[in-house]
Amino acid sequence: MWTGFKRMVHAGFIGFWRNAYVSLAAVFVMTVTLFVVGSVLLVGQLLNASLVEIRDKVDINVYMVPSAQEEDIVKLQTSLEALPDVREVTYTSREEALTAFQERHKDDELTIQALDELGDNPLGASLAIRAAETSQYEGIANFISDQQINEDPANPLIDRVNYFQNKEAIEKLTAIIGAVERGSYIAMIILVIATVLITLNTVRLAIFTSREEISVMRLVGASNMFIRGPFILQGIVYGIIAGVLTLLVLYPIVLWLGPATEGFFQFNIFSYYIGHFGYLFFVIVGSGIVLGALASILAITRYLRV
Amino acid sequence: MIYFDNVSKIYNGGDSIALQNVTFQVAPQEFVSIVGHSGAGKTTLLKMLIAEDFPTDGTVFFESLNVHSIPRGQLPNFRRKIGTVFQDFKLLPHKTAWENVAFAMEANGRTDEEIAENVPQALALVDLSAKILQFPHELSGGEKQRVAIARAIVNQPDIIIADEPTGNLDPIATYEVVQILKKINDLGTTVIMTTHNKGVIDALGRRVITMDEGKIIRDDSEGKYVL
Repeated sequence: MWTGFKRMVHAGFIGFWRNAYVSLAAVFVMTVTLFVVGSVLLVGQLLNASLVEIRDKVDINVYMVPSAQEEDIVKLQTSLEALPDVREVTYTSREEALTAFQERHKDDELTIQALDELGDNPLGASLAIRAAETSQYEGIANFISDQQINEDPANPLIDRVNYFQNKEAIEKLTAIIGAVERGSYIAMIILVIATVLITLNTVRLAIFTSREEISVMRLVGASNMFIRGPFILQGIVYGIIAGVLTLLVLYPIVLWLGPATEGFFQFNIFSYYIGHFGYLFFVIVGSGIVLGALASILAITRYLRV
Repeated sequence: MIYFDNVSKIYNGGDSIALQNVTFQVAPQEFVSIVGHSGAGKTTLLKMLIAEDFPTDGTVFFESLNVHSIPRGQLPNFRRKIGTVFQDFKLLPHKTAWENVAFAMEANGRTDEEIAENVPQALALVDLSAKILQFPHELSGGEKQRVAIARAIVNQPDIIIADEPTGNLDPIATYEVVQILKKINDLGTTVIMTTHNKGVIDALGRRVITMDEGKIIRDDSEGKYVL
């Protein structure tokens, strides 16, 4: 078994060197594909990180009328918290709202002065609602509108809900991210198919060059695995080299993009590359191995009737 | 040992008949020569035996095994029982004589120790011990054919099939190759050889099957070349 494996590895590497130019072409095409796979992976991470970031900022704010009673607000908060879609409800009292307002406008003399003129606190309390998923906000917003409709007109509680302003922005963002992800997957699939075809032809060329050797192998009763093994191994070697090459090419790119992504998405792509190197290596080199082996197996079954 | 039962091979839906109702047997340790003009069906007959080609009708048995019912995956195992020698040698040009013979053992999954032991023996049997490190292009035609014979016997097959082994050789090399095949036969291996060469057949004095237009027309146990 071991002897057989050793011979297969040996023959696979010889095949690789003998067809150096063809091998080079296959490795380059594979590198392009794996580069796209790697980029999709990294861009996906980037988009996800920014999406998480933005989603975290999204919430529904329910502003109460200033005259609202705290116990009614707490009641509303409890009923909201009972909803399965709601992750968190934060209550901001009138006083807290005022302090926050003053803090925010502390450099704005005019506003502070106007506030002082009023004497009374003009701000209402508010509830900030967070859902687990962006898509769940609609349901929560509907629940709140129902509450608003059903409340006693003489003793109103809810002043306004800011969901419907946010709604459009959230939907647009989700759509953009979805489109980018779909687009990158389509590009990846097209390139994967191209790679399989080109590697297939490369291996076919290699088979053609060594057809004499193959006929002799069959003549002396070589098992199918003995004949196929080296070609499959050759494909795997293409994959490994292309994978490592891809990781090397990605390194300066993420190094250069790192600070920019940090500033824009609050997600440093370079730190991700370094931090998840094992994972990236596994996925990219692994895809290379699978691609190479797949193309070789296809080529052999198609062109080598053993 | 080998039994052809009413075997026919027809190409192109009846246009060209390669074999027609061929029936014969080969006993263990026999030396059988098959003679006939080009296109008489000799090579087709040998291809049937190693399951390279399928008969249109009839069956070919190797011992009790129907050769054409062997699953594809098992064919290599079956072919290891048969050593083959061809007119054009089919040696690998980038390998030395030693490597060409060793290659057949590697392909059979034999260990390095077995290879180191058996390859020199096989090359000694064909009288090439002095040229084991030569490449095919450095050898004469007869020497190349002897390397090919060494390769065919190194896995100790039950049968040697030689398709026109002397077709490309001068008379002296022809004589040497036939002597080696005879020696292998004397050591207990069945040999089936096709040939055009009248001199070879007449000198051998063994069984001769004569074919013409896909049919066996003569089968003499101590035959001469008669056509």
